[in-house]
Parts: sequence; structure tokens; C-alpha cells
Amino acid sequence: MTHSKSISGSDTTTDTTLFDRRPLNFDPRLRRNRLNDLFSFISGLFATLAVLPLVLVLVYVLVQGGRLISLRLFTQLPPAPGLEGGGFGNAMLGTVLVTLIAALIAIPVGVAGGIYLSEYAGKSWFGQLVSFANDVLAGVPSIISGVFVYGLIVASRVFFGQSYSAMAGGIALSVLMLPTVIKTTNEGLKLVPNELRLGAYGVGASRYVTITQVVLPAALTPISTGVVLAIARAAGETAPLIFTALFSAFWPEGIFNPIATMSVLIFNFAIMPYEAQNELAWAASFVLVMMILAANLLARWLSRLSKI
Amino acid sequence: MTSIHGHSGDAQFTLRRRPTSEKLLDLGFRQLTLALASLVAIVLLAILLTVFQGSREAMASFGLQFLVTSAWDPVNEQYGAFVAIYGTLVSSILALAIAVPLGVGTAIFITEDLIPARLRELIGLMVELLAAIPSVVLGLWAIFVMEPAIRPALELLHRLLGWTPFFASTPQGPGMAPAILILVVMVLPIITAISRDALNQVPIELRQGAYGVGTTRWGAIFAVILPAAISSIIGGVMLALGRAMGETMAVTMIIGNSLNFDLSLLAPGNTIASMLANQFGEADGIQVSALMYAALILMLLTFTVNVLAQWVVRRLSLKY
Repeated sequence: MTHSKSISGSDTTTDTTLFDRRPLNFDPRLRRNRLNDLFSFISGLFATLAVLPLVLVLVYVLVQGGRLISLRLFTQLPPAPGLEGGGFGNAMLGTVLVTLIAALIAIPVGVAGGIYLSEYAGKSWFGQLVSFANDVLAGVPSIISGVFVYGLIVASRVFFGQSYSAMAGGIALSVLMLPTVIKTTNEGLKLVPNELRLGAYGVGASRYVTITQVVLPAALTPISTGVVLAIARAAGETAPLIFTALFSAFWPEGIFNPIATMSVLIFNFAIMPYEAQNELAWAASFVLVMMILAANLLARWLSRLSKI
Repeated sequence: MTSIHGHSGDAQFTLRRRPTSEKLLDLGFRQLTLALASLVAIVLLAILLTVFQGSREAMASFGLQFLVTSAWDPVNEQYGAFVAIYGTLVSSILALAIAVPLGVGTAIFITEDLIPARLRELIGLMVELLAAIPSVVLGLWAIFVMEPAIRPALELLHRLLGWTPFFASTPQGPGMAPAILILVVMVLPIITAISRDALNQVPIELRQGAYGVGTTRWGAIFAVILPAAISSIIGGVMLALGRAMGETMAVTMIIGNSLNFDLSLLAPGNTIASMLANQFGEADGIQVSALMYAALILMLLTFTVNVLAQWVVRRLSLKY
């Protein structure tokens, strides 16, 4: 270090050099290197802060909700305000039912829409319009989809004079799922090499056969990844359901009646001033979070399978 | 097309004429996908029309005054959405102000090789899983865990900065500040994921060039890599802003849903989305229309932000 100091001094006794003579060995005391370390530390700190909420939420959901898990939760109805015990069997069934309705609407429509965008639309103005509409729809707040279905279905009582219903909730959720399914289908199909299509045409397959027998199976993994993620997201949605599917303290009575769902149950019971209800909200959160995390890990595992 | 005959006369190969049924199937499939694809545009239009139609009554009664008055009085049927609009903008913008440095910093941390790749992937996975936690669960956590935990810090803020109007009230449970923090948690994964993708797409040559002329790691990040990725990052930030504005459940559960205007961030506030979640179920008459009007404003806000985001990505993106 003492040696380097004499060189680094700007002694201009000899010929004028273009650059300062600096030592070539790494000097951690330099301002630039200290700044470098400082920023590395800050970014590490930020990453820790970003991970912290997930850890804290998971720990609390596991501890607060996990300790309450028992069989009665899945077989009993929620208690009346002020009473102890009870479960959320109806809400679990309701979440499955409403999400199923949403999936049955959104998956066929979304996959077909994605096929159109990737296989038929090309760069046509209509394809671009659909793409744009899809992006806009993806950005529409989830509560707006509830307002829409309320105006369209609940207030107008189109389903046999019923206002709030599981069907209305499912439709509201399907509006939220649709953009994800279309986007992932479209992107998945675009990854399929064009040679596969040309090969199929070459052996005489029609466009329909090419798409359904060759292209679609080749893109099955990315599409199913997107579908699983969309279903997981829909299962946790609350905002579109609070005034479409509403809530019910009883077992589901068909799809044209109000229905309880896990997410609405958590919302309703979290803001109640009763201990028993709050505990049910934590237990329901535990079940919901486990279901959704499992779906997400399944989706990640599926995407690893992808061969294209 | 007719069949091709071999030289000798007898047909060895024939070009099969496509049967009409097959052509119909082809055409039918195309039209089916076309119809289902156009459903997206139709749904979007239907949402706009339904909300617009629903809000016409309130528009006629309150006009543009709706945007700047803060009365929300079902008894006298006087409605103004200023408190909610102000709350929507303030909560989402302040949440972004906190989340952007955190998210971009995290993205840099997990795209650089500061720690082993395994650990980086784990952090990336955890941030992505955070996005999967339902908003209502985050709300539950905010009510029972986060808000009691941060209240001492908010009280300290009130003692130190209570002389400014922004911290003038004593924190008493639900309020704007905890809502902003929970919004930070909700938009952080979006910003991190998009920034991470953007940083990963910067060509390695740019970094090598920067190192080649003798810069440090962070010199390269600030002067070369971030500028190259900035358009996607800004696009991601705008998307996150749109998400924050429309975020409903967690905010509703922790913001306090006050109908009175208060500059203080420690006081209860309101947003358009939480107002909708709270009142829509029980509203009738012109209140429904007023809520639809507020919903229309929210839609226009998020629409503008999202379109701007797409424009930014297209316009500002560097061509390598």
C-alpha cells in the first residue's frame, strides 16, 4: 500500500499522462468501492423487507389458523353471532362451486380466444382490438366486475327472478379469469414452433385438425399453468362476490341462490366483534392460503414440464 | 383441382378433394374462436355501458360537482365522491412511492450475483407467492397483526410531526397509513416481478462494456443497466399503480371507511373501491347510481393509467 501511494500521487515530473496513475489492485477504502458496498447492502435490506411480509403473513396464518383446524370446521355451519363453535363447510363447498362455474365459463372462452389471437388473427386490426380489449379487461379492478354483474344480473333478476346467486358470483369471477386464460393461451401457442404446423399441413391435415391435434397438445403445459393460476386467483377473490354471490349461513341451495364462500366468510367474520367468528376467519384463511399456495406450486411444477 | 394421373395412365397418386364437411368444420371452428374472442371486447363494452347507464341518474343530479364535493349523505340524498377520489389517489401514490424503491431494489438484488443463485431464486419465489395471497387474508392480517404492531411507530410520528396537517390526528386503529402499508405489500410483487424480467433482458454486452471501461457494479447498474430497462420498469410501476387504485378488500378492512375529509394520514379515510365494497350491497335509489358514478370514475382512472403504461413501454423502450 505504501508503494502504491507514491504512484497514485499526481506527480507530473515525467511526461504528461492522459490518466491518473492509480494502483491496479482493489482498494476497499476508495469512495467508489465504499459506495458500491453501501448500495449492495441497501438492496439486500430491501430484498429482506420485501420477503418479510410473506413470512409474517404465512407464520400468522399457520399459527393462528393452523391450531384451530379440526374436522368439525369442514362439516359444520358457521355459528350465529355470539355463539361458539361451528365451521365453514358450506363456504368451502361454495368456493368450489363458484370457482367451478367461473372456470367452466372462462376456460372454453379464454382458450378459444387465445387460439383465435395466435392462429387466425395475425396482425389484423380485429386481432389487435381483441388484444387491446384483453389488456384493458385485465386491468379492470375486481370490484368493478362485481358492480357490472350486479347491474347486469343481480339488479335485473334475469335468473328466474333471483337476485343474488352463486351463478352471478361465478360470472363475476369468470370476467376476472378470462384475460389471464386468453393471454397465457395466446403466449403458449406462440411458443409452438411453426414447423409443427407446416408438418401437419404437409401430411394433409386441415387447419382444424392441425390446431386441435397438433398445436394445442404441444402447448398444453403453458396453457394449463395459466389456467391453474387463474383458478387459484379466482378462488381467493372477494370483491366481486360480496354483492353478487352474497353470503349464506346455510348449505348451498342450488346455483341460483345466494351462497357462502371462503373469502366472503373471512371478510364478514374478520370485522365482527366476536372471538369465535374471528377465529373462524383465521382458520378459513389457513385453508384458503394452503389451497392457493398448493395451486401455485402445482403451476410452477407444470411449467417445469414444458418441453417447448 | 382434378386428380393427377401417372404417366402410364393409371392413377398412382390422387389429390384428395377436401370434402365439404371438412371445409365447413374448418370454417366453423374459425368462426367459433372468432366469436368467443370478440366476447372479450363485448364484455369490456358491456361493463362500460352497464356502469355508465347506472350512473346517469347521479350524473344528471350532481354533475361534475360530484368530483369536488365531499358530502355523502343518504338521508338528504346528497352525494359527492371527493373523499373517496382523494383517498384513492393519495393511498395508491404514497404506496407506490414506498414500493418502487423496495421493489426495484429487490429486483436488482436478485438479478445480480451478490448471493448464491439458489437463494436468489428462493427470494424471487417468495415474492411471487406473496402475490398469490388473497387480498382478504392480507386484510385480516392487517387488522389483527400489522396495525397493532405499527401503532407505536405511528404514535411516534404523530408526536414528532403532529404540527403538520398530515399527521395531526392521533392514530386509533384503522386509518390511511396502515392502508398505504398494506397496499405496499400488495403491489410489491408486481413491481419486483416486472423489474426483474426487465433487468434480465438487458443484453450482457452492455454490462460487459461498462465493466470494461472500469466501472463498479453499482456504477454499471445506475448508468447502464437501469437506463436500458427503464421503460419496462416504468410500465410495471404504472400497472402497479392501476392495481393499487382498484385494490379493494385489504384496504376496505383497514382504512376505516370514513366519509369525512381529513388531511391527516393517521385518520381513517376511504377509497372508491372500499366505498363500493361497503355500501353497494345495502344501497338503493340514487345511492346506487352515485356509487356507479364513483365506479365509473375508478374505471376511467385505472383505464388511463393502464393505457399510459402500455404507451410508455412501447414509446420509451430502447432498441438494442
